[in-house]
Amino acid sequence: MRVIIPSALRSYTGGQSEIEASAATIDELLRELDRRYPGFRFRIVDEQDSIRPHVKITINTEIAGSLDAPLRSDDDVAIIMAFSGG
Amino acid sequence: MKQTKAKPRRAASGRARKPGVALLVATRKGAFVLRSGADRRAWKISEPLFLGHIVHHMVQDPRDPRVILAAARTGHLGPTIFRSTDFGKSWSEAQKPPAFHKAPEGRTGRVVDHVFWLTPGHPSEPGAWLAGTSPHGLFRSQDGGATWEGVDGFNENPKRPLWCGGDPTPDGPKLHSILIDPRDRDHLYLGLSSGGVLESADGGHDWKTLIQGLDVVAGFDASDQRVHDPHCVRLHPLAPDRLYQQNHCGIYRLDRPSEKWVRIGRNMPKAVGDIGFPIVLHPRDPDTSWVFPMDGTEVWPRTSPDGKPAVYATRDAGHSWRRLDLGLPRENAWFSVKRQAMSADDLDPVGIYFGATHGEVWGSRDEGKKWACLARYLPHIYAVETARLPR
Repeated sequence: MRVIIPSALRSYTGGQSEIEASAATIDELLRELDRRYPGFRFRIVDEQDSIRPHVKITINTEIAGSLDAPLRSDDDVAIIMAFSGG
Repeated sequence: MKQTKAKPRRAASGRARKPGVALLVATRKGAFVLRSGADRRAWKISEPLFLGHIVHHMVQDPRDPRVILAAARTGHLGPTIFRSTDFGKSWSEAQKPPAFHKAPEGRTGRVVDHVFWLTPGHPSEPGAWLAGTSPHGLFRSQDGGATWEGVDGFNENPKRPLWCGGDPTPDGPKLHSILIDPRDRDHLYLGLSSGGVLESADGGHDWKTLIQGLDVVAGFDASDQRVHDPHCVRLHPLAPDRLYQQNHCGIYRLDRPSEKWVRIGRNMPKAVGDIGFPIVLHPRDPDTSWVFPMDGTEVWPRTSPDGKPAVYATRDAGHSWRRLDLGLPRENAWFSVKRQAMSADDLDPVGIYFGATHGEVWGSRDEGKKWACLARYLPHIYAVETARLPR
C-alpha cells in the first residue's frame, strides 16, 4: 500500500512524502513505520494508544475510526495534520 | 560549531581565555541560541532551531558542556526530547520520550501533553536527567536523554490525587523546578502548579509536602496542597539548605531544616506587589536573588505593573528589595516573563537575562544595574537558560 507522509513527519522518512508498506491494520502499519523510523509512532499516537487529537489517518480518503481499522494491500493511507480551526 | 580540544586557549597575554556565554532561548515557535564572549558586550543570534516546534525548555548539561537537551512538540505532533552532543550543531530525537504507563483495559490513562522542565542529574550520575511534564509527571533518563522511564514514586504514588487534583494552570498543570541537593543525589525537591512543593529523601520513591507558611488565593484552605501554586522554586547551589520561591501568592524563602516558608515579598513596594513567575539566584551569594514582578491585581493581567517593567533584587535574603530598571522601557511596556525565562550566568559580575512574552531578550552584565535588549522580534519566549560555550 501507499502511505502519504505529511510534511511535519518527513524529517523521519528522509524527506520522502510517500512510502510503500504492507500491514493488516493501521496499528500494524504504524508499528512497522516506527521500526523503520524510530520515534515516528509516538508523535501521532499517545501512550494510551489513541491517535493524537489533531492528527487524522485516512484510508482511501475515509477517516479511520481507530487503530484497529483493517487495511488491504491496494489501499492508500494518508496521515494528515488536521485542520484545527486556524 | 567546531569542537575544540580540552586544553584551554590562551590569549596573547598568556592568561587562559574565559569561555564565552550562550543563552538557550526556547519559544512557542522554535529555539534560538545567543552567543557572546566572556565580556558579554556583543551577542550573535543563531538561525532558528526546530522552527515551528513549541519548545518549552532547552538546557545545557554542566557535566558535559557540549550536551544540550530540548523539550519540544508541535501543535499536531506529540511531545519529544531532542539531544545534541555538539552544542546544537546536530540533534537526535529520544528513542523513548517521557510517557505514562498504559492504563489497564477499561480505565482512562494519563497522556503526556508536553515536557515542560528539564534538570541535569547529580554530578555523580553522568547521563542522568530528570524531566517534568504536563500533566504532572516525573521522568528519569539514565542514558543522556535517549530513553525515559516514569518515576513511579511520584507518577503512581497513591497520594498523587492529594497533590495534583487542583485547578490546572491556564496552559495545563505542570511539574517544574526539579531540584537536586548537590550534597545528596537522593534528596530532591519539585514544584507543582498547582500542588505545592514536594521533597523526597529517597530518590523520588516517596514525597512529603512543604507548604507551611505559603499563602493561597482567598477563599481556599491553605492546608489543602492542591490549591498551592509555586511558580518557580530555586535552591542555592553553595548553600543548599536555602531555597527561594516565587509563588502565585508572593515571594518566599525557606531555610532548612525549617519547614516554614517566610514571605519575603512583603518587603517589596506595595504598588508593585510580589506576584510574578521567575526567581533567579546569585551563583555565589545565597542572600542575593532577582525577581520580575507582574500585575496580579483584579483579573490578573500578568503584565508589567503599570506598564513599567523592572527587575527587583534583594541583597539581604529578602529583607529589602531594590528596583533595577535602568535601560528598560520606562512606560507603556506590558510584557511579562515566564518562570523559566530568567536566568543568571556564573561570571563576576553576574550576568542576568530574561526573555519576555513579546519576544525580546534582555540582559545585564552588571547584576541588573543596567539593561540592554539583546534580541527582538522572536516568538513568545518560554525559557532562557544560560550556558557556557564549550572550549
